[in-house]
Amino acid sequence: MTLAVLLALGVLAVGGGVLVFVVDSMARATFCLLASFIAVAVMILMTGLAYLGTVIILMMIIEMVIMAVFMIMYMMNPAGLMPMSMFHNTRGAALISGLLFAGLTAGIFLADWPEKRGERPKDPTTALGETLMEGHMLTMMTLGVTLFSTIVATVVLATGRGRYDRLGDGLDAAHADDPAGGGVGR
Amino acid sequence: MILEAFLVVAAALFSVGLFGALTQQSVVMLMMGLELMINGIMLAAAAFWYFLAPAPDGQMIVVAVVTAMAIEMAMGFASVTAIYRAKRIDMTDAATELEG
Amino acid sequence: MAAPAMVLVLPVLLVAAVWCVAVLDGVLADRAAGHRGGAGRSLVRPGQEVARLLAGQRRTTQAADGLLRWAGIAGLIVASVLAAGVVPLGWKAPADLSVGVVWFNAMEVVAWAAVWLVGWGPDSALSLVGGYRFVAQGLAYELPHMFAIITAALGAGSLRMSDIVDAQAGLWFAVWMPAAFAAYLLSAAAMAFWGPFDAPLGRDVAGGAAAELSGVDRLLFEGGRRLLLVAAAAVAVPLFLGGGHGPWLPAGAWVLVKTLAVLALLVWLRHRLPVVRMDRWTEISWIVLLPLTMVQALAVALVVLARGGGGP
Repeated sequence: MTLAVLLALGVLAVGGGVLVFVVDSMARATFCLLASFIAVAVMILMTGLAYLGTVIILMMIIEMVIMAVFMIMYMMNPAGLMPMSMFHNTRGAALISGLLFAGLTAGIFLADWPEKRGERPKDPTTALGETLMEGHMLTMMTLGVTLFSTIVATVVLATGRGRYDRLGDGLDAAHADDPAGGGVGR
Repeated sequence: MILEAFLVVAAALFSVGLFGALTQQSVVMLMMGLELMINGIMLAAAAFWYFLAPAPDGQMIVVAVVTAMAIEMAMGFASVTAIYRAKRIDMTDAATELEG
Repeated sequence: MAAPAMVLVLPVLLVAAVWCVAVLDGVLADRAAGHRGGAGRSLVRPGQEVARLLAGQRRTTQAADGLLRWAGIAGLIVASVLAAGVVPLGWKAPADLSVGVVWFNAMEVVAWAAVWLVGWGPDSALSLVGGYRFVAQGLAYELPHMFAIITAALGAGSLRMSDIVDAQAGLWFAVWMPAAFAAYLLSAAAMAFWGPFDAPLGRDVAGGAAAELSGVDRLLFEGGRRLLLVAAAAVAVPLFLGGGHGPWLPAGAWVLVKTLAVLALLVWLRHRLPVVRMDRWTEISWIVLLPLTMVQALAVALVVLARGGGGP
């Protein structure tokens, strides 16, 4: 039973992934990818990682909706109403990824996987929280700083307007000249 | 549940993602390929945690991979926006030279 | 009540609560319009509306993406029911997950995808504008919302809903986390695109995301939206209003009374406040609400530490 559920989820995950590059509509492609992510998240939930599985669902829904916005902003054929080919180097890529899959699968079945070391914790969420705040505090802080610098870098890259555009050359305008009004009256 | 089932699905996701990343002309679609590859890594990490080493470090790998995915996506969209703003292109073939 | 029985009772309760919302909404709309139809008319009107939409013809548009529109409508309903599944009806929930708070958050965020898909599906400009408005609104309300619910979890030291209820045996979290509670109520209305946050369905865009919906589609979408409002109001009870704690009545009755009270407040506010535009709401949310909820979380963390609850 469990194996059947697992198999169905695996087919959904891989099938969703394949459909991403098959369907014409960008909206459909994005939500095929979301289906693939959610299938993987449910598989992760089945391993008992309740927190991580749920967080992946949460994060991927937000991420895919934002992705859909960008897809439709930048693709020339977002709704797939005029099908066109957007591929290059299909044959070489199929060869490379086919070989990779064959190699990985061979490795999976040939490898002599070690025995399980240690017992699974009763509450993996608590175990994760404790390791984040104890042994892996440095990892977490690094991730935090990296995410913060990502925010700064993305804003710098993506914005076309700086403070001189908003507040004038002397930075002394009474009201910022913004394309969209705000709510707090700055 | 068996380890091999998880890993085969993970390998398939990684390979499909690689195919997409190599073939797609649009930068945003290329990023979807990268996301699928990371999806496979995430699944493999969770499977290794469950079957081989249920230490908290295994969960940390998933956290790190999820963070990497978020950064990849944010930087990817920011770069597309910057390139598009400068050159009005969003295709990988057209963006091989980055001079203004 | 055993868990399987609760799984059966939950949908009935949800539909009953949606009916209450529709009736109260109708009464307040009548009063605002100056009609004196009487309570009887308000009670039957949701039924008439349901019958009208069930019998109504389904209109479709040219080159519509029916699959995605259907996914959006179905997703909204399924996610609302799944979100409500972690609410303790009494002391126990139909599904008392160890990560109940995160689960609710993950299900509630399905509304982003659902409204955008419903807006995208019909291939109509105005409904797509509505869908985009909701994504902008989501980006505004989500972070204060996350800080608000995690503050309640922090106060209880657990992500499990029943543990959070247990931690409020003495003092309700709404009393000593007022900022988090206020932010939660605002985000509850915003996530169900319920007034004053109903610009995604605004009249200025001819009904926004729902502009092209008719017949059964409209019934399910409008029903799903009220289901999500009910689920969000119901989750406020275990998170901030002490769950089943209260004198005289049994725990289950208290949960119902408190949920209906929160719903009544949200419906009343809809008729008292003007629609908030997303550009305004985004700035208010990021510049006022987000720092406020962060300071609230910090204050609660200090209280938890002072009590000696900071780990083993």
